Amino acid sequence: MAKVSLKRLQKGKTGEKGSRDKFITLLLVVAVYGIVQLLVKTGHVSSLIQGLLVPMCVYSLVAIGLNLCVGFLGELSLGHAGFMCVGAFTGAFVSKVLRDSIGNDLVLFLVALLAGVAMAALFGFLIAIPVLRLKGDYLAIVTLAFGEIIKNIINVLYIAKDSNGYHAAFSDAKSMQLDEESTVWLINGAKGINRIANLSNFTIGIVLILLALIIVYNLVDSRSGRAIMAIRDNRIAAESVGLPITQYKLMTFTLSAAIAGAGGVLYAHNLSTVTATPTNFGYNMSILILVFVVLGGIGSLRGSMIAAVLLTLLPEVLRGMKDYRMLIYSIVLIAMMLFNWAPKSIAFRKQLAAKWKKQKTQEEA
Amino acid sequence: MNFWVYLINGISLGSVYAIIALGYTMVYGIAKMLNFAHGDVIMIGCYIVFLTMTRYGLHPVLSVLLSILFCTLLGITIEKIAYKPLRRALPLAVLITAIGVSYFLQNMALLVFGADTKSFSNVITVPGITLADGALKISGTTIVTVVACIIIMALLLLFINKTKAGQAMLAVSEDKDAAQLMGVNVNATISLTFAIGSGLAAIAGVLFCSAYPTLTPYTGSMPGIKAFTAAVFGGIGSIPGAFIGGILLGIIEILGRAYISSQLSDAIVFAVLIVVLLVKPTGILGKKMHEKV
Repeated sequence: MAKVSLKRLQKGKTGEKGSRDKFITLLLVVAVYGIVQLLVKTGHVSSLIQGLLVPMCVYSLVAIGLNLCVGFLGELSLGHAGFMCVGAFTGAFVSKVLRDSIGNDLVLFLVALLAGVAMAALFGFLIAIPVLRLKGDYLAIVTLAFGEIIKNIINVLYIAKDSNGYHAAFSDAKSMQLDEESTVWLINGAKGINRIANLSNFTIGIVLILLALIIVYNLVDSRSGRAIMAIRDNRIAAESVGLPITQYKLMTFTLSAAIAGAGGVLYAHNLSTVTATPTNFGYNMSILILVFVVLGGIGSLRGSMIAAVLLTLLPEVLRGMKDYRMLIYSIVLIAMMLFNWAPKSIAFRKQLAAKWKKQKTQEEA
Repeated sequence: MNFWVYLINGISLGSVYAIIALGYTMVYGIAKMLNFAHGDVIMIGCYIVFLTMTRYGLHPVLSVLLSILFCTLLGITIEKIAYKPLRRALPLAVLITAIGVSYFLQNMALLVFGADTKSFSNVITVPGITLADGALKISGTTIVTVVACIIIMALLLLFINKTKAGQAMLAVSEDKDAAQLMGVNVNATISLTFAIGSGLAAIAGVLFCSAYPTLTPYTGSMPGIKAFTAAVFGGIGSIPGAFIGGILLGIIEILGRAYISSQLSDAIVFAVLIVVLLVKPTGILGKKMHEKV
């Protein structure tokens, strides 16, 4: 039994294999971008869907990050919403502080992006040091715990600026003794950051996705990438040939967190107010992203992106059915998982494919 | 004296976590899966009690029994439809399916029972006791919760160690294939585990809602996650571990809320979990796993 599941695991995890396949994925993203832009220009895209374009990019980006962790490193993380949260708040904070000193929107976004990514990477690194000692479900629950802690702490963080300069407080806003009239809130506890410059757009989102894809593909194809996958497939064997396991794990987890952070920065600059609530940065979001990764095929970045786009669209497409849409969403999710992963369904699909192939050869003959 | 009040509240909340965690830990031990829908079974159980009592005016005991029965059947059905086909699939696939089931139950409840918050009336009518000249009051709910938790744990331990079905459970959790070869009906054993776990979820739900009387379709998810944390904390797969983990988690949560910060109580709970797991990576009572090369 162990052998069978291992084989299936690897089949699911190889995803895009050759460099040609990877190139096709990049082309596909560009093509989708071109088609969507064309449709938007000709007015074929409703404003509802247009509003979903940036979120789709955000989810795709975070899904790419998580797939790096789950698919290539083989460690289940349920805390990626936390890294997204760190990226979102750092990015929004930086862009709000520097808004007056940097006039150019693009430069401002880039600075915010760098800050958000760096902070998310730092958090990823710090969390990875203790966490990666654990395995399997224990690792999953600890990453979940870290995500919840990050969300909780941001909710009690207060930073404001008044005539006396910057003030910060933890859990008690009154202790800052702000000068009421000149106060500008930067982070207002549970109310989050408000009036964020709207710097995100679909183009930036696509560029970020392409960048993330190129980085991950290059990593996977490199010597380090092969080492990472060796660790995933057999840690003990990898260790015995002298691979520095901890170092590779740390590197991958940090990169994965950084990509999630980039998604967060993009997310924050698409909204005017960002708050850390259970729905956007809680474990539910981490789970949602994991759903994209697993449904799209573990280890397949293209699959993650397709799943992210489809599952973001699905509730909107079902909007006409109002109350039933989330119910249908959940049924579709269960059905797709059963179809994709149940051993019986896999056998059935293989049988069908074999039949089809046979017919085809018969026709040719 | 305040400290004792908090401590008792903590033990009471911890007992609820422990009962939920027992369900989690049993299912994990047998099926090696995180049943994310467990928290939502709790919520469904609460709604059943709420409806049968307020709308049909049933006796509390009767409606609790009805709720246990319903949740047991629900647990078996979920296992048959959603988890059984995936028995030999990737653990992650089962996890995502469980999440799908959790969404399904929440949205089903949203449709059937409505999105408005229901105020759950306490079903426990046991009188409280007063200690230390009226300074320390222990409510009936607390007493019933703690006693129920201890009884359930004792019964479960007896069931697993003394009955044939319990031994079969142990065998299946140890090695499914070997158990089958020895004549254990693996499918029936797994169904039984889900039935017991879900029945416990119904009891836990009633006790939880008696202490925190607001009921929405999302009521179950946070206690579910906390109880899962408790199960991991105590060493997942271990029944005494779930009990100890649950009680400790409840105490930490209430004391943290009282003495450190009410907004940070969840963060404190999770931080303690992380520290414990870093010191003892398989939880307090977890078995040490040997690695095979």
